[in-house]
Amino acid sequence: MKVQTKLVAAAVAGLIGSGAAFAQMLVKVDGSSTVYPITEGVAEEFQKSKKGAMKVTVGISGTGGGFKKFCRGETDVQNASRPITAKEMEDCAKAGVKYYEIPVAFDALTVVVNPKSPIKQLSVAELKTMWEPAAQGKITKWNQVNPAFPDAPLKLFGAGADSGTFEYFTEAATGKSKSSRGDYTASEDDNVLVQGVQRDVNAIGYFGYAYYAENKDKLKAVAIVNSAGKAVEPSEAAVVDGSYNPMARPIFIYVSDSGYKRAEVKDFVEYYLANGANMAKEVKYVPLPAKSYMLSADHLKKGKMGTVFGGKNEIGIKIEDLLAREAKL
Amino acid sequence: MSLPPEEIAAIRANIASRKTNDLIFATIGICCLGFALITIAALFVDMAVTGWARFRPEFFTEFPSRRAAQAGILSAWVGSLLVMTVTAMVAIPLGVAAGVWLEEYAPKHWITDVIEININNLAGVPSIVFGLLALGLFVYTFGLGQSVRTAGLTLALLILPVVIVATREAIRSIPLMVREASFGLGATKWQTTRDHIVPYSMPGILTGIILGMSRAIGETAPIITIGALTFIAFLPPAPITDVAPFISFEWLKAPFTVMPIQIFNWTSRPDPAFHANAAAAGAILVAMTLSMNALAIYLRFRLRRNIKW
Repeated sequence: MKVQTKLVAAAVAGLIGSGAAFAQMLVKVDGSSTVYPITEGVAEEFQKSKKGAMKVTVGISGTGGGFKKFCRGETDVQNASRPITAKEMEDCAKAGVKYYEIPVAFDALTVVVNPKSPIKQLSVAELKTMWEPAAQGKITKWNQVNPAFPDAPLKLFGAGADSGTFEYFTEAATGKSKSSRGDYTASEDDNVLVQGVQRDVNAIGYFGYAYYAENKDKLKAVAIVNSAGKAVEPSEAAVVDGSYNPMARPIFIYVSDSGYKRAEVKDFVEYYLANGANMAKEVKYVPLPAKSYMLSADHLKKGKMGTVFGGKNEIGIKIEDLLAREAKL
Repeated sequence: MSLPPEEIAAIRANIASRKTNDLIFATIGICCLGFALITIAALFVDMAVTGWARFRPEFFTEFPSRRAAQAGILSAWVGSLLVMTVTAMVAIPLGVAAGVWLEEYAPKHWITDVIEININNLAGVPSIVFGLLALGLFVYTFGLGQSVRTAGLTLALLILPVVIVATREAIRSIPLMVREASFGLGATKWQTTRDHIVPYSMPGILTGIILGMSRAIGETAPIITIGALTFIAFLPPAPITDVAPFISFEWLKAPFTVMPIQIFNWTSRPDPAFHANAAAAGAILVAMTLSMNALAIYLRFRLRRNIKW
């Protein structure tokens, strides 16, 4: 009798376990590789805390590729290293996908040179001279950027054209998103850029702060002259007080409304808001103030959907500006 | 009759120079072979040394993690294994059947020619194209999702031409007299094919299958295209359950990752500790491929022993 009961119980558990639960208790996340480390960490801890009852998958399709899936309703959560664009808002609206926008951290886009390079600081104007499309084939020496710089060849390393980092940097440096010279060493793999700059005294490159933080002994970060005319090196403090502009950028997750109505997505997002700050710090991003996560939690509770960016990227936004904007949603 | 000594000397010189040429050619050949082998060995040793610290049992039983020292390849190797199973189950029967049909049954006219040309061309199509095809056809049109079965089918398509061509080559190498003897004893065409042609061509077919599978296990591009995941810390449902009918095919629908994607992800991490993980996983992937090849060589040897004509 006892054995039979056990068998029946096991049978029922097996049936539910293999079919229904598998299909339902799964959170699908995709998108930016910049946001990936934070989401991965949160997903790892979340699954542990749920003892495997709820599962999370995280893919890397890039911010743009991820939004295509997100706006078709294929994913529940979208990692984004820039705000949603007008085109993507339109796609989402067409497919009836409504979403919550949650800033999760700040990243300091870091311009790096070889440790032996004499370059210590650069202005946005100098970056523009270096990177704008008109520079292609013409600006080939450091002293063409600034006569005080050495008479040495200029070796450029940058992000590949599909990344959110490329979109942000080009907009911050040249004033127009995706407007960049083409004759530089481009790679989607930031380690390639790290190695390139490490090997060449005349090289300059840019990528997310995490790659600089892990390679501080091989690279030198260049201080960027901010809007107040002060040269500031990338650091957590400089991002928090807003002085590292315009190269500090917020990164986001977008949560689909239909996904959020499911228990596992809701639990995951709540877990994200509670642990995102620590996780961001651990993977070398700058966490937002606690107020920001509370504000996002409030938006979720009150059903305040949509973006505060209106389909445009915002260069050099400070944490407090972002908070003020989020509060108005 | 004997030749004058100067002519003998000339012949000897000729032979000597031919032998020298022979030696030079053999040396060049061995150098080429050595170069290829040393390159592979150097790569393998380099990966094994870099990843040496990571070769612990936990590396195989742990899921990926944001902490390099705790990260393992469990979901990756299980994913690779399941995808390869689907690939083998689809590509082998289809490929061998197609090869047998083309070689034994197909009427010789222009339609067969068109099919032949297409198969040979397919073998040269870049794998990313198969990925795009699979994305449109399997993922969206058939609605199979970004799952183990989609990946398995995609890779099956990719290696199908290799299997077909190998099957045909193997069948062609069977002497005509085997067929004639079989027909002479009153066997039908199907009996001849089943009992003689296919078993005798098995060593060659196996080689083709393993070549195809070795290519498939290292493929990244088409798998990324159809949407394999990077972080996945759970396994697909088990194929064997404790309830009737004891077999579950839910794993076919499961999301997955594979070894090459895990390696790719680890190499692009900022933290250099992950690069050791990538090297270790790379060495394991090479070992997996080599052991598949070794199995094929062993099977071929076993099968060949039984074939004598």
